Amino acid sequence: MKMELVVFAILVVFIGAFAYVSSTGTHEWSGSDDQAGNVIEKLTGGTYQPWAHSIWTPPSGEIESLLFALQAAFGAIIIGYFLGYYRGLAKARVAASSEKQEGNLNA
Amino acid sequence: MHIMEGFLPLYWCAFWFALSLPVVAYGAYKMNKIIKSNRDVLPLLAVSGAFIFVLSSLKMPSVTGSCSHPTGTGMGAILFGPWITSVLSIIVLIYQAIFLAHGGLTTLGANTFSMGIAGPIVGYLVYKGAMKWNVNMYIAVFLAALFADWATYIVTSIELALAFPAASGGVLASFEAFLAVFAVTQVPLAIVEGAVTALMFKYIVQLRSDVLLKLNVASPSIINKLKEMSV
Repeated sequence: MKMELVVFAILVVFIGAFAYVSSTGTHEWSGSDDQAGNVIEKLTGGTYQPWAHSIWTPPSGEIESLLFALQAAFGAIIIGYFLGYYRGLAKARVAASSEKQEGNLNA
Repeated sequence: MHIMEGFLPLYWCAFWFALSLPVVAYGAYKMNKIIKSNRDVLPLLAVSGAFIFVLSSLKMPSVTGSCSHPTGTGMGAILFGPWITSVLSIIVLIYQAIFLAHGGLTTLGANTFSMGIAGPIVGYLVYKGAMKWNVNMYIAVFLAALFADWATYIVTSIELALAFPAASGGVLASFEAFLAVFAVTQVPLAIVEGAVTALMFKYIVQLRSDVLLKLNVASPSIINKLKEMSV
């Protein structure tokens, strides 16, 4: 349980930092990927034209967040399934071995 | 760290593809081999890939007032090495390029190199180095995932700087400009990623320490010590 608490504490500090930063000024909270695009524009004086465009762009922010949520959910299901499966296996193994011992005592 | 579609000149796209594709191809070969010879590792391979799926979908706010995302590649790098992790990463990057307009197919080579190859290599080396110095395994995992994340963004800055040298100051000046966007933003995220990855390893040690031994991630004495400690 100790490590969960450490991770939880780190998350609390992380959220606290976010709360502090967002209360001390106006920030865009834009993606760093897009900011890199702005740096490119500044460095080249706006002369660089992207020569390819995404073959498909989510038509709205809602659909984009749907697809991001699906990506996360898909990953989380796999992680949860296997960790749960392993936990069940470990429990069954313990139960089976204690049953065996009881059997020996009765005999 | 996604370089957007079309945002690298054609020859740099080709250059990073030329570096990345052989690694991914060899990684796919290694992945096939390890699955065939050792069915036991398949679930952990799936979990490592799934971990990248989850973490790279989380765009988190950082202290700089902008958002970025962790990479999740540290876990795969420690368990299976950088070769196989490059395959797991390219799957996520293709999904995001096609369905989310994040990154792109032309910049896939560069993005695979930073997230799927450079980051995992750094993470792998940090883990091996820390274990050699007898650092606690969970701390070694924490450091490996942290530096894998951070290195990914530094390499992205290098890739962009090489393609867009500043008029005055050249590659180095533009490297600093890109680093200003990525480096500090990524620090808190990398710390969170390291902590979450270490927690995953706690569960793996508890539940499938036999696979850790098989994959040569830790020695039996280290695993036994960790189990007794019950952190």
